[in-house]
Amino acid sequence: MAKKEKEVIAHGDKTRLQWTWHLMKQYKIGYVMIAPYVLLFTLITVIPVFSGILVSFTDFNLLQMPNWVGLDNYINLFINDDLFITAVKNTMIFAITVGPGSYILSFIVAWFINELTPKVRAFVTLIFYAPSLCGGIYVVFNYIFSGDSYGLLNGWLMNWGIIDSPILFFQDVKMIMPTVIFIALWMSLGTAFLSFIAGFQGLDRSQLEAGAVDGITNRWQELWYITLPSMKPQLLFGAIMSITNSFGFGAIVTTLCGGIPTDYVGYTLSHHLSEYGTTRWEFGYACAISMVLFFLMIGSNMLVQKMLSKVGKS
Amino acid sequence: MKKLRTRKHRVVLSRSIGGDFGVTIFMLLLGVVMFFPMYYLIIQSLKPLDELFYFPPRMYVTNPSFENFSDLFNLLNTSWVPFSRYLFNTVFITVCGTFGNLILSSMCAYALSKLPFPGNKFTFQVIQKSLMINSEVAQLMIFVIISKLGMLDSYWAIIVPALATPLGLYLMKQFIDSNVSTEILESARLDGAGEFRTFWSIAMPMVKPAWLTLIIYSFQGLWNTGQNIYIYSEQLKTLNFTINQVLLEGIVRSGASAAATVVMMIVPIVVFVVSQSRIIETMGSSGMKD
Repeated sequence: MAKKEKEVIAHGDKTRLQWTWHLMKQYKIGYVMIAPYVLLFTLITVIPVFSGILVSFTDFNLLQMPNWVGLDNYINLFINDDLFITAVKNTMIFAITVGPGSYILSFIVAWFINELTPKVRAFVTLIFYAPSLCGGIYVVFNYIFSGDSYGLLNGWLMNWGIIDSPILFFQDVKMIMPTVIFIALWMSLGTAFLSFIAGFQGLDRSQLEAGAVDGITNRWQELWYITLPSMKPQLLFGAIMSITNSFGFGAIVTTLCGGIPTDYVGYTLSHHLSEYGTTRWEFGYACAISMVLFFLMIGSNMLVQKMLSKVGKS
Repeated sequence: MKKLRTRKHRVVLSRSIGGDFGVTIFMLLLGVVMFFPMYYLIIQSLKPLDELFYFPPRMYVTNPSFENFSDLFNLLNTSWVPFSRYLFNTVFITVCGTFGNLILSSMCAYALSKLPFPGNKFTFQVIQKSLMINSEVAQLMIFVIISKLGMLDSYWAIIVPALATPLGLYLMKQFIDSNVSTEILESARLDGAGEFRTFWSIAMPMVKPAWLTLIIYSFQGLWNTGQNIYIYSEQLKTLNFTINQVLLEGIVRSGASAAATVVMMIVPIVVFVVSQSRIIETMGSSGMKD
C-alpha cells in the first residue's frame, strides 16, 4: 500500500489516463498471465450467454440463416406454451425447497460437527458429502423407492402391513415431487457445506470466550450474536452455491422417472430446454427458454445476496 | 461460582447437556438417512441373484459374492469397442482437463490477486458473477461454438469447456489473497526473478491445498462425463457412458448396475479422503466479501 502511495506522489503530475496507461505498461505481464483463462472463459461462458440473448430473438435452427423475429419466442413461451408455465412452476418449486433446504441443512450439519474431534469430524464430513461428491450415485434410489415389491421401502411397508399395494414413488403424480425433492436434498450438501465447515473451523475461540463473559449462555445466542456475523463471507458464498445447484436437479427426474414423468409432474425448465434444443433443434426458441432460466438464477441469487447482506447489521 | 463443563480439558462454553444430547440424536438420525442409501448400494452390489429378488427385500447380504462385478466386466467386454478404450477415454479427458484447468486458473488467479493492472477488478467481478449461473444456460450456444470450431466429436469438445471454470478460479484467487504475502513476492522480484518465475517457484508452492481442491473439483466433473451432445463416435465415449448403458438394461441387470455405480463412486471417494484436510483449508478462504 505504502509503495503505491509513493508512486502516486511520484507520478502526481500525470493525468488519470496517463496514469492508467503507465500501470498498464508496468503490469503488462498480468495481461499475458490472465489471457489463456480469460480467452477460454469468454469463449465458453461470456459469448454463449450474450449470443444466447441475441439468438433468442431469432428463429435460428442451425441449418438456415436465422431471421429476426423480435419478441415472438417470448410471447409464444408465456402465452401459447402451457408446458413452459408448468416447467417454470416446477423449477421454482425445486429451487424454493431445495435451495434454502440444502443451505440450512449444510449450515446446521457443519455447525454440529464442528464440535467433534478432528478424526471423527473427517469421517462424518465424508458421509455427508459423499452423495454430492459421486455425481451419479442417486440411481440407488431405484432400489429403495422402486414401485414393485422388490423396492426396499415398499417391501418393508407391505411386510409390516402399513400398505396393501406398492406406492409408485416415481409414477404417482402425488409422490414424484416429494420423492425427487428428498433425493435432491440428500445429495445437496456440496461446496457450501465444505465452505461452512471451514468457516466454523476458522472461528476465533477468544471471541466465543468473550461472548461467554458478556453473558451468552446457550448455543443459539452464540450462533446469532457471534458465529453468524463472523461467518458472513461464507454465508454469502454458500448461498450462491446452494441456489445455483438448486436449479440443476432435472437429471434426477429424467433418470429415475424414466424420461418425461407422468403428467409432466417434475418437468423442469432444463427438460423443456433439451426438448426444444437438442431434440427439435429449435435453437431460437430454446435460447429464449435458457434466458428465462438465466434471469431466474441471477434474480434469485441477487435477492438472496441482498437479504444476507443484512446479517449482523441490525 | 457456577461449575464449568469441560471436555478434553477445555472449558465448554454455552452448551447445555440436554442440548448436546438433542444434537447428538439429531445427527445420528440424519447420519443414518444420509449413509443408508450408500450402504444399501454396496449391499445390493454384493448380493447374488437369488438374494436380489428375495421378498421382502433384505438390507443385509447372507452370501456376499463378487459375481455382479464379474458380470459387469463381462457385459462391458461384449461391446465391439474394448473396455480399455472407454477407460482410456475417461482417463485422458480427466487428466488433460484437470491439468489444463489447474495451470490456467492458477496463473490467472495469481495475476488477478497480485498484479494491480487496470481491468483487474472488473475481470474478477465478471467471473465471480458467473458463479450464479450453471452451465445449462449456456449449453446450446457452447454447442454451436464447439461445432463452429470443428471440435465436435473429439476429446476437445469435453476438455475445452472444462478448462476455464469460474469456481476453480474463484477459490484459487481467494486462497492466494489470504495465503501469499505480497512482501515475499516483492523480495523475489528484487532478487531478479521474472513474474512467471515468481508465480511458479514462489507463489505456487505456497498454495498446494488450493491445487488439490481445484484438482478434485475438475476431476469430479470430468470423471463423471457421461452421455452428452458433443460426442457420437462409440470409440470416443467414456466409462460413465458405457457403465450407464448397463443401468438401462432393467431389472435383470439389477446387480450388475449396482456394481457399476459402486465402481464409479470408489475413485472420487478415495481422492476426497486423501485430500479432505487440504480442501477444507482451501474453503477457509472461500468467503465472499460484499
